Amino acid sequence: MPNLEHPAYPAATLLHLESLVPCRESQVSMLLSIFGERQQFSFPSIFIYGHTSSGKTYVMQTLLNTLQLPHVFVNCVEYFTSRLLLEEILMQLQSCCSETEQTSHVHCDTFNDFVRLFKQAVVSEELEDQTLYIVLDRAEQLREMEANILPAFLRLQELTDRNVTVVLLSEIVWELFRPNTGCFEPFTLYFPDYSIGHLQKILSQNHPPEYSVDFYAAYINILLGVFYMVCRDLKELQHLAALNFSKYCEPVVRGEANERDTRKLWKNIEPHLKKAMHTVYLREISSLWMFRVGFGLSAHTHVELPYYSKFLLIAAYLASYNPVRTDKRFFLKHHGKIRKTNFMKKHEKTSNHLLGPKPFPLDRLLAILYSIVDNRVAPTANIFSQITSLVTLQLLSMVGHNDQLDGPRYKCTVSLDFIRAVAR
Amino acid sequence: ATVYLPLKVLSPPVFSHLSIFLHMHILEDLNKQLFDNLVSFLRRSHSEFQEKTTEWTCRMKSKEIPTAALVLGVNVTDHDLTFRSLSEVLQNNITPYIAFLEAKDCPGVKKLMQKLMGQLMNCYVDVDSSEDEDYVQVSHNRIRCSMTSLINWYESVTKKTDSETPSKKRTSSSRHWQSPPVVVVFKDMESFSTKVLQDFIVISSQHIHELPLVLIFGIATSPMIIHSLLPHSVSSLLCIELFQSLSCKDHLSTIIDKLLLRASFPFKLGEKVLQVLINIFLYHDFSVQNFVKGFQLCIVEHFCSQPVSVLCCQLVDAKKRADSLSHDQCENIRKLPSFRRYVESQVSEKQIALLTEDTYLKETTQKLLEDLHVYHENYLSVLRCLHVFTSFLPKYPLGKQIRELHCACLENQVWETEEYESSLQLARMLNKSDLVTMLQQCVEIFVSSSGKEFDNTVEKLKEFLTQFQKLEEAFQEQDVSVSSQKELQKKTDLYHLQKTLLELKESRRYKKLTKFEMLRFDVVDYIDSLVRNYLVPANHKTLHEIAYFNTASVLREHLNAAPRIALHTALNNPYRYLKNQELKSDEGSISNKAPDICIVYKLHLECGRLINLVDWLEAFSTVVMAAEGPNADAASSDQVDDIIHARFIRAVSELELLGFIKPSKQKTDHVARLTWGGC
Repeated sequence: MPNLEHPAYPAATLLHLESLVPCRESQVSMLLSIFGERQQFSFPSIFIYGHTSSGKTYVMQTLLNTLQLPHVFVNCVEYFTSRLLLEEILMQLQSCCSETEQTSHVHCDTFNDFVRLFKQAVVSEELEDQTLYIVLDRAEQLREMEANILPAFLRLQELTDRNVTVVLLSEIVWELFRPNTGCFEPFTLYFPDYSIGHLQKILSQNHPPEYSVDFYAAYINILLGVFYMVCRDLKELQHLAALNFSKYCEPVVRGEANERDTRKLWKNIEPHLKKAMHTVYLREISSLWMFRVGFGLSAHTHVELPYYSKFLLIAAYLASYNPVRTDKRFFLKHHGKIRKTNFMKKHEKTSNHLLGPKPFPLDRLLAILYSIVDNRVAPTANIFSQITSLVTLQLLSMVGHNDQLDGPRYKCTVSLDFIRAVAR
Repeated sequence: ATVYLPLKVLSPPVFSHLSIFLHMHILEDLNKQLFDNLVSFLRRSHSEFQEKTTEWTCRMKSKEIPTAALVLGVNVTDHDLTFRSLSEVLQNNITPYIAFLEAKDCPGVKKLMQKLMGQLMNCYVDVDSSEDEDYVQVSHNRIRCSMTSLINWYESVTKKTDSETPSKKRTSSSRHWQSPPVVVVFKDMESFSTKVLQDFIVISSQHIHELPLVLIFGIATSPMIIHSLLPHSVSSLLCIELFQSLSCKDHLSTIIDKLLLRASFPFKLGEKVLQVLINIFLYHDFSVQNFVKGFQLCIVEHFCSQPVSVLCCQLVDAKKRADSLSHDQCENIRKLPSFRRYVESQVSEKQIALLTEDTYLKETTQKLLEDLHVYHENYLSVLRCLHVFTSFLPKYPLGKQIRELHCACLENQVWETEEYESSLQLARMLNKSDLVTMLQQCVEIFVSSSGKEFDNTVEKLKEFLTQFQKLEEAFQEQDVSVSSQKELQKKTDLYHLQKTLLELKESRRYKKLTKFEMLRFDVVDYIDSLVRNYLVPANHKTLHEIAYFNTASVLREHLNAAPRIALHTALNNPYRYLKNQELKSDEGSISNKAPDICIVYKLHLECGRLINLVDWLEAFSTVVMAAEGPNADAASSDQVDDIIHARFIRAVSELELLGFIKPSKQKTDHVARLTWGGC
């Protein structure tokens, strides 16, 4: 790996920066060379993309903070309208370099206003001699806003005639951003996924103070050996590492093994990790109370329903997954002979469960209900309100939002297992 | 209907019981455990924020939002009550900053933030409304609906409490901490759109260090809904702990136990009425609140429709009131069927006296009221005692819950039913340890009961217990003697030994079992006698009409609304509602005196899925013209009168408005029929 080198910054700072961003040296040095020296104009817009937890946000933040470059950092999910976003950028700009705490509220409704206010702000904050960086995290949200926002940000340098660079961070590729009308093409930079070696290095770096680096690295090695096949998400692995570490340490704490006794430690942790494999990603057990509370969320799948709601749900399930023409055969006492025809066979080949639920009208649901309930059911308001409450519980869903009087149609959204549990 | 009670009589004993006792105490008690757990959870989550520990494990989960998943059950109607008391509990113990969000108010993140900030900032104003004029003004202005402004608000609020005068500070910090958490409750998790939830969680996790946020998810179905609503990247930002509220069936049992099975509460439900209420609960909604409302309806109905309900109050008051009955009221009592039965069973002089002398009637009424009261007290104790027995039996022939047993006893003489017979059979096969624990429980019930007649019963039960004790001792003694015998006989030859041992064993088993069995029979017989004595159905008791509400049909009419049936009756048989003698006709035929819509409706009942409008009009005009005689018939045979045409169109569009038909695109000039039989 090449050491970071740049004439504009002192070597000590660069060395510190390098220690903070393990396994991302090449990307950082690329960025540094694009940025150039402080006063030099840089590329107008840079687009950085990469998979979840590949360090985009973290690298940008550390880079700008360690080198103390003037910057504005906004998350586009948080500022969900263009007005909020632009105002937030201006607000941060105000407090960016000025020591005065006082930030007055700015009103900015359009991008035109933004450009005007931005110019003023840059002049007043005396930032003209340095490049200003605007980082937009989760930039895919920009596509949801007005059509002019994204293209305008891409050529902000040109529009404002100031030394500014816009950095977009996203998990999706640039091709999905490009508007129909065309726009200024940003410089795209890809952050590749971490390899297993990278993950090992990064995870081991974050060791708890009371244990040695080697001990923790050995633990991470074991952990990655088990989980790497199913999970490469750094965040999730970090979570798992924190979750299982105390278990790993148990023999050492009890004095049964020393830190170098890897074999013994492995024997101890192996069954535990195997068990944890089943719940990767589910976060069944919250990290805070994992050792206090013994059960996870999926243990509570059973739902208790009133008597007729159960039948309604079963009827809805039958109506959703059975074709209409079989109704007569299944629910009528004196149905005719079952005719074996070719077209029936053709359909039966694909399981209805693979096709998903089909919508059905209300009267079909009620007709099936009447035939599956043993005693007579009066069509009271209680029955109808139960259908509605099943819809609010998301066990049924209403298809199409036309007038209620026009024969509403429903779909059953529960799984076969759920229905089995209900029918029991 | 006339209320047979002056309001001042109604208010203290009955309604105070209901509104205050019921809503406040029972429901809070039931949720107490849940709320305690929640409060301690919030305390813990808060302490983590406060300390800002730099511990290794804490650093790893720095961005997780503490979240309580509150599984409340499918009875959505009850949730509001739970949330209301939850908010009270939290306000008193944890934090003044609580926001309740409902899915229907939050179609987007923006609306959600608006709602959230509105509630939080208003609640701030509510907490100490004295000196915050400036703040109210701010909230009237347009606030930027972003997390930053929320954080600024939080900082200003917490700072303010810091810098306040000591006296003020004490009052506020005695209840809350320096920086109380902000609790956001999602009332109906299932209905929220995933996008809104995801965005909100992502945003708030960014600021979790500046704003100590705690989320509470109100879940009606199962906690798995969290996984189906939130993708992993979002749910990994949460630190979820599960809380389960009491199941609604347990809830119902407690309410029945506290309300219906208490002698102190004068109003009682008859068997049919109770069955209606329980059925609605179990079959339809699981809603405890609706059960309580149904119960309240019963009370109102009872006092409005039953003249003798004047006497339905605490025994002391009832006696006083019986003393001051007017002549009319006495006549009302005489009209009661149960009272008539009572009169008939008396000797003739007494009969005359009861029917003619008011003073004598009043005396008798007082006596009978007392009897009724004593009956209730005894009934409940014996019922509980019987329930102890039946709840031990396999398969529960008389029901698992005490409410089922109660219904069975109210319905008719329980000892004549087959289920009772089979449960006695089963009880005769119980083992000793069960029997002893049951007897002990029964003793406890009788000792704590208010009835005075149970001294003997307690004595008798204790005697049984000591007998069991003795039996056990005897058993052990015999065991010892047998073993000594064995020792002696060891020296004889093998054949003899075997023989004697076998004999010994057989005799021992036979003898002992009979002894225990006899005792067991005695116990069961005794319980049986108690049941026969005390569990007489209430409607066999004289003057039971005073306390028992029995008209289930009224209740059913009010609670089991059947709009379809009502509509059908109105259209099919207009006389039912209009009470116009001309409309009184036999079923089947269509009268032309009926309103147009009724004629059209009846005609449409005879059609298939698609109705031809022309044929329909034809039929309609035939029916309408039928009365006009043969000459009119001839005139309009080929062409329909314009007025009739217009009437027909109006009637058809009325039917469409009511949802019976809709225009069809399948065939021109046809409409589709939408209703069939019961659906």
